[in-house]
Amino acid sequence: MSSPPDPDAVLSYDDTLFTPGHRACAGCAPALAMRHLTEATGEHTVISMATGCMEVISSPFPESSWGVSWIHDVFANAAGVASGIEAAYRAFDRTAAEEFTDHDDVNFVVVAGDGATFDIGIRSLSGMMDRGHDILYVCYDNEAYMNTGIQRSSATPLGASTSTSPPGAESLGDDTSKKDMPAIAAAHGCSYVASASIGYPQDFKQKIERALEHDGPKYVQVQAPCMLGWEFDPAEAITVAQLAVETGLQPLFEVVDGELVDVMRIRDRKPVREYLDCQGRFDHLFESGEGEEVIEQLQEFVDDRADELGLDA
Amino acid sequence: MGDRTMLKGDQAVAAGVRSAQPDVVSAYPITPQTGIVETLSKMHADGQLDGEFLKVDSEFNAASSCIGASAAGARVFSATCSQGLKLMSEPLFTAAGMRLPVVMAVANRSLSAPISIWNDHTDAFAERDGGMIQFFAKDVQEAVDTVFVAYRVAEDPTISLPALVNLDGFILTHVKEPVDVPDEAAVSAYLPDREPFATLDPSDPTTMGGVGRPEHWTEARYAIQEAMLRSREVIADATEAFGDQFGREYGLEYDGMLETIGPADADLALVCLGSLSGTVEHVIADHPADVKLVRPRVIRPFPAEQLRDALAGVEAVSVMQKENSPGYQGSLASELKSALYGADTQPAVRSYVLGLAGRDVSHDDVEAVIEETADAADEGHPRRFLAEERWPQLKGDLLEMEVTQA
Repeated sequence: MSSPPDPDAVLSYDDTLFTPGHRACAGCAPALAMRHLTEATGEHTVISMATGCMEVISSPFPESSWGVSWIHDVFANAAGVASGIEAAYRAFDRTAAEEFTDHDDVNFVVVAGDGATFDIGIRSLSGMMDRGHDILYVCYDNEAYMNTGIQRSSATPLGASTSTSPPGAESLGDDTSKKDMPAIAAAHGCSYVASASIGYPQDFKQKIERALEHDGPKYVQVQAPCMLGWEFDPAEAITVAQLAVETGLQPLFEVVDGELVDVMRIRDRKPVREYLDCQGRFDHLFESGEGEEVIEQLQEFVDDRADELGLDA
Repeated sequence: MGDRTMLKGDQAVAAGVRSAQPDVVSAYPITPQTGIVETLSKMHADGQLDGEFLKVDSEFNAASSCIGASAAGARVFSATCSQGLKLMSEPLFTAAGMRLPVVMAVANRSLSAPISIWNDHTDAFAERDGGMIQFFAKDVQEAVDTVFVAYRVAEDPTISLPALVNLDGFILTHVKEPVDVPDEAAVSAYLPDREPFATLDPSDPTTMGGVGRPEHWTEARYAIQEAMLRSREVIADATEAFGDQFGREYGLEYDGMLETIGPADADLALVCLGSLSGTVEHVIADHPADVKLVRPRVIRPFPAEQLRDALAGVEAVSVMQKENSPGYQGSLASELKSALYGADTQPAVRSYVLGLAGRDVSHDDVEAVIEETADAADEGHPRRFLAEERWPQLKGDLLEMEVTQA
């Protein structure tokens, strides 16, 4: 089991495969994820991206932030599009189409938000994994449809307020728990599945690099807080992301060939209310007894999973 | 050149596709297209199809993977129909917008509800406005030959659009006809290699499918319009070159856009698409009325100029169509009227909806339409049919069961 990497490590800015000047909000953690991702994949990469925040902020014609080959088609089909790209390169290898880079020299990557992954694009993702394409699927998870103004997705945690799961006289925010996508990916037989956090960028980059060493479908889910949707100070994105890890709500682990091989242990796991309290989307939970019950429920969920994963150091 | 053999339409189309040597085939089975994807699967399993074959989870991802592969620079093929074509619709529109050639066979079938597996053209017309070139084949041989023409047009660097080869479900997919499927060498001589404008090769990074703001979107749409209109010349050249090489000619007099059968100076005309034209051809062959068949081979781009030419001097024309746009009328009829607006001569245009969801269109049905067309010609006043549409095969007794009727 590994120890937590140093979150204050200095990162290199040498690579500019995801260039500054895009339209993301100040304090956008998903945009950071794009930068770290491309630093880890390098230039021999083809990205298929789903519709979402990162597509919209990075590709307004005639500008582009992408220093790697990149295609966006629609919301639901990024994995399907990548499947075709990867298959085409396989075919080129066989028919020896002269000027194309060899299949083995290209990293085929899907990038999609949680809505495009957990919800509308799950069929496309499932098909890609089922067919065994040599593709790394990276989900940047900001736990709602942030691109269109903060509507709930099935990645939205229990109790979170969004514009389609607002708290009210009959509601305590979102009334379902977060879908367990890494488990779904692992159940598909992905050779490598990992969860990561933008609060631990070195860990995230290492996981991307390790994922790319595996053949077949790979899935990495990186939690990347949205300051607008989660309601926190733009300067606090990394702190908020780290709190999710430190409270156990976002455990960082690796599953290789179906086996849990690494969990980032947490020393002195913090209570979940500390994480809930640092953002606006859970404010209503602190205002009523029923809200306190939801906080208790979340704490119980985290405690159970910490036992399962051996999370506590 | 190959030999004539007896083949089912779906097998013949698959054999044609193999001769075109696609890099990536991605398709999902749906009746009555299934035979095409099954035959290609078997060819792949037997090592007779060199490209990659993706056994996808849905038509949605069949279209999506074809788009990805096409963006990578591959020659791609898919096949579908009906609900499957609807499921492909969202990505197919982007294939046009991103100017990615994707060639597909569509085994035309009605759209739900009620669910039906049988033939009509509702599916093709529901995709009319996406920016896909749409061919309609009359018989199995034409369906096979049109696959090659479709590749040549769709992949032409000046066009670069998706293309649908429509063939009537069951009527053509499941019928055995003597057919000549050109072999790989012959097709290679006819069909140049793809020369894509851009690809996703990492050695030359490209951004495809970015956000189009109001400052640019109109131009992207106009570019599709221009390429569609320009494709008329490419279709003409491709059809002529096909005739030169393979000896099978399709409407060269009308730039490959439509065919006419019957007397050039006929007083009456019937307009229809696909296999129905075979029936009409039979009926008019020895019909006493002075009538000709006008059969568009392409509906996008629309053969407006060729229709004006073919119908110049005709007194009355009846459009027999296997589709209807509820709230107005059959799309082929309304588009024909639009094409004739301001033409030198104005025939009466009658609109008929028949053959929906596999209801057979008999010789008698065609005879009846010809009689009414002749009456219309005799009566003059072409404009009185502007909003009129006839559904001659309607069964009144069944309509009485319709719960929502007034």
